Amino acid sequence: MVENRYELTTPAAQLVEVARIAAPYKNKPEMLMNVVIQVQKVVPALSEAVAAVIAREMGISQTHVSGFITFYAMLSVKPHGKYIVRMCKSAPCHVRGAQEIVLALEDQLNIKMGETTEDGRFTLEYCPCLGICDVSPAIMINDKTYGDLTPDSVREIIKRYIREDV
Amino acid sequence: MVNITIDGQKLQVPEGVTILEAARTANINIPTLCYHEDQKIKSVCRICAVEVEGQRLLQAACSYPVAEGMVIRTSTPTVLNARKNNLELLLAHHPQDCLVCGKNGRCELQKLTQDLNMNKPLRYEVETRGFPIDDSSPCITRDPNKCILCTRCVEACNEVQTVGTFSKQNRGYETVVVTPYDKKTVDTPCVGCGQCVQVCPVGALTIHDDTDRIYKELVGGKILVAQVAPSVRVTIAEALGEDPGTISPGRLVTAMKKLGFHQVFDSDFSADLTIMEEGYELLDRIKNGGTLPMITSCCPGWVKFCETFSPKELDHLSSAKSPQQMFGAVIKTYYAEKAGVDPKDICSISIMPCTAKKFECLRPEFHDSGYQDVDISLTVVELANMIKAAGINFKELEETPFDTPFGLGSGAGEIFGATGGVMEAALRTVYEVITGKELPRLDFTEVRGVEGLKEAVIDIDGLEVKVAVVHSLSNARDMLRKVRAGKADYHFIEVMACPGGCVGGGGTPVRSWKKVKARLDAAYELDKQLPIRKSHENPAIKEIYAEFLGEPLSEKAHHLLHTSYISRKDLLS
Amino acid sequence: MEEMHVLLRNRGKIIPTDAKSYMSVGGYVALKKALSMEGADIIQVLKDAGLRGRGGAGFPTYLKLQFAYNTESDEKYIVCNADEGEPGTNKDRVLLSEDPNSIFEGMAIAAKAIGAHKGFIYLRSEYPYIRPILIEALESARQAGCLGKNILGSGYDFDIELHSGAGAYVCGEETALFESIEGNRGEPRYRPPYPGTKGLFGKPTALNNVETLANIPPILLNGAEWYRSIGSPNSPGTKLFTVCGNVNKRGVFEFPMGVNLKDILYDVCGGVADGELLAVQTGGSSGAIINPDQIDLPLDIDHVSASGGRLGCGTILVINDKNCVVDIVKNNLDFFRSESCGQCTTCREGGTRLYELICHISSGKGTLKDIETIKDLANTMRVSALCGLGHSTAVPVLSSLQNFEEVYNRHLDGNDCSICGHDRGY
Repeated sequence: MVENRYELTTPAAQLVEVARIAAPYKNKPEMLMNVVIQVQKVVPALSEAVAAVIAREMGISQTHVSGFITFYAMLSVKPHGKYIVRMCKSAPCHVRGAQEIVLALEDQLNIKMGETTEDGRFTLEYCPCLGICDVSPAIMINDKTYGDLTPDSVREIIKRYIREDV
Repeated sequence: MVNITIDGQKLQVPEGVTILEAARTANINIPTLCYHEDQKIKSVCRICAVEVEGQRLLQAACSYPVAEGMVIRTSTPTVLNARKNNLELLLAHHPQDCLVCGKNGRCELQKLTQDLNMNKPLRYEVETRGFPIDDSSPCITRDPNKCILCTRCVEACNEVQTVGTFSKQNRGYETVVVTPYDKKTVDTPCVGCGQCVQVCPVGALTIHDDTDRIYKELVGGKILVAQVAPSVRVTIAEALGEDPGTISPGRLVTAMKKLGFHQVFDSDFSADLTIMEEGYELLDRIKNGGTLPMITSCCPGWVKFCETFSPKELDHLSSAKSPQQMFGAVIKTYYAEKAGVDPKDICSISIMPCTAKKFECLRPEFHDSGYQDVDISLTVVELANMIKAAGINFKELEETPFDTPFGLGSGAGEIFGATGGVMEAALRTVYEVITGKELPRLDFTEVRGVEGLKEAVIDIDGLEVKVAVVHSLSNARDMLRKVRAGKADYHFIEVMACPGGCVGGGGTPVRSWKKVKARLDAAYELDKQLPIRKSHENPAIKEIYAEFLGEPLSEKAHHLLHTSYISRKDLLS
Repeated sequence: MEEMHVLLRNRGKIIPTDAKSYMSVGGYVALKKALSMEGADIIQVLKDAGLRGRGGAGFPTYLKLQFAYNTESDEKYIVCNADEGEPGTNKDRVLLSEDPNSIFEGMAIAAKAIGAHKGFIYLRSEYPYIRPILIEALESARQAGCLGKNILGSGYDFDIELHSGAGAYVCGEETALFESIEGNRGEPRYRPPYPGTKGLFGKPTALNNVETLANIPPILLNGAEWYRSIGSPNSPGTKLFTVCGNVNKRGVFEFPMGVNLKDILYDVCGGVADGELLAVQTGGSSGAIINPDQIDLPLDIDHVSASGGRLGCGTILVINDKNCVVDIVKNNLDFFRSESCGQCTTCREGGTRLYELICHISSGKGTLKDIETIKDLANTMRVSALCGLGHSTAVPVLSSLQNFEEVYNRHLDGNDCSICGHDRGY
């Protein structure tokens, strides 16, 4: 059964910011990716209200905006943690012990893949190949990559994020 | 022209046609599913796969153009197997409750299983999406579990109608055609036009079924008073298996009487009434500097569209109610009084080519009789289903005239169902009211036809009346843009939400342009046959003004026959 | 065995973001030459050189340009496909981060060839750290007069716009990439029309992979004959190979086409790490999985195709015996089913059903009937899906069934597989 996936209210101040980002691209639908990527940096999730503002400001339909957002894996309608830990799920990492890294991450953050910690700081996600197979198994935390991971080294990395030592 | 070979048959076909089109000229039937003759090529179902000599891949016949010397095979074992395998994949992700599905027997997926001789159990475990059925709209019912992702409805809703109720969401196996953020249909800008229902090959989009309510009212002892829209008499026979364009008002009345309707009135009457009120309103606006251009308001899909997407332009809409709502108000007042019945004992039912009418009759402002003016609005398709269920052999029925006092309509009312029809009807009356002279010609052919935008300038005694006719909401949207920019240099604009007008409405049998054209021809044919062809000459109209309403735009007329509109902009946020 | 650095010639030797630095080692000289040539002549050089696409399909590059060249239009585009999504492939990342100007130069030459004045780079979102490099490099190239108006004083205008993806493997498919740039869901278009006649924004477009574009300047500079002297007759030039998985030395290596897989594995990369060789998958997840008896294989486009796989983007995944082939196929199929765009029946539904069937086998509950169904379905996917993603899904499945029949049979006989039995959690 599909539960309600979209329970999220976006604060009005953020919606104003969203409008500011989208407004210069009225009737330029090809700028949607650009807008959405920028917007995602200022809102915790691409909520219904956010999509409505983007649609209104860019002069495109809401169905188009939401259809677009839900297509791309890195655009999210669900709130994300401050740090998105992306674990490569592809074969080059898989054959080099990716699963041990997954278990270490889940254990340390006490959440399962796909979940966000209660304090809203960490989200664990799978992603396809990160393109750094020379150092697999690898993860990406926001825009930074880490490779040649062992369960111990990944715990150390996460610890630094917990301490905000990044 | 290019020379090609299909299944050994040598053919000459125009360059650039698709394999599918070429094959059809040679009577070779390639099965299709996502393909729709009135729509863009989608090429996504992969059912129409064929072999093209020299190519490793099978090609989709619907999208692949022929070229000189091409050799095509449409039914090799590889081809047939690929089609079956793709169909099996669709079936494995589709509910198996065909026997109790609203599309049973009319489902294109079901037909394909017969055509492709699917006669073995599926090799996969059937999985369905687990979405709730969305019955929140009074007009359409959505069951996303049955969707096969042909995306015809996406085109109808987003491109033809530019409404944007739903579209493809998510990716891969999770892809589904739903409303954004899983909203209920009723919370979306959906105008209820039903054009999505018209193109859905399966049971994912269906007309909101109200037939049970009729049976309930019959049992409850109410007096069932029905009004039948002009388009119904040119589509009901088709809905029951006869040729598109078959005209059958007499059999229709007989069938409805057999079903138990007590009074069956002709909405041509209220169409004429609409022309009177709308026509006089137009004259009033022109004479007294009212907001121009005036735009018709008889199409509820269009009205809601304007309320949602362009509320600032609402004062352009004629305040005249639609024929359905005028009739509703008249039945529970004038008629009730005349017939000596208590309006609370009347169940007022409209038979319409339209799904949006189901929404219209629920609008809270339409209680001018003191009751809900129209209680139930049924579509042609629902009525046909009732006729079938009652075992009535429609084809063999004798003819019965509509009941009096509203059994008489003019040809002007008759063509309301055609795009341009309201305009033509209005011009016939406006001309004669202004000039006091008889029209030299009755047919305003310049507003007929299926072009998206039709324009004409009519010289009425020196007054150049500029008119425009648009149909389909994408064209209406363009027109609104012009109105907003002050560039719509017209006095009067007719807008119909459905392509072709009401005869192509969401509540008619499955449409195609070919069928819609046949229905249009039938409507104009009926107009020609009628002794009275102008609304103001309809004796029933003269009578109701004399006995009850006074004159067009009178206070009573305003109370019962006019309305106002609201902004629905909030549906966009 | 020595690498041959044509594309990696500047690796570590220049400041990647500095056009001047690139020019100091001979950069943009080829462009200068191209700017004085007729478009048809540039295309002829590429034809003579026999350059074939390095993104996966191996389509002759000159033909792509020729199609766009032949189409009359007020506007044409050059698109650089930097959506390097094939699992195990890193070569474009190396080029983009180490020598972006060589790609810009390749794009500019291709643009001059077809008469385009605008180029697009579509960068995958998994490379966010490359974005600033490209932005800086583009600006530097403009400052140096190599991009923008009147490039290198030639009177010819050409500039490049950078676009980002947002996590969709299918956007590496050229028409899906166009859709994505246009602000739509990245769903491939049916063909024809081909991009050369109707591509990005409906205009004639030539789209090429990063590595393909990087090949163009050296060809223009050194000539077709020189290029043909490298590699094999059907696939001239060098190729970047990404070697990954259970191998001692991993990374991106450049060799002439036709280099033997066995030599790369043992001589260059020091052999299998942490166990014995179980299998090799060439060309990424959409490539064939071959057994140790098959690795004496010259790596060029046609040889690998003939073996049932594809050279693709030159990815070599080495798999040791701590793994199970069925589990690897399951991993591949999991990838394809989540990356399917969902548009066509075959790939959307077939990908998931295929994954489920393999899971069934992997769990030890499979039967011969399942194998039959897998083969039948995979063969249908290979020929009737709308785009390459759907076609490719079948490749690891069918190749592994052929090359590891006994492994599958073992799984049918009951779950004695320690790898598959040990649930890896996804």
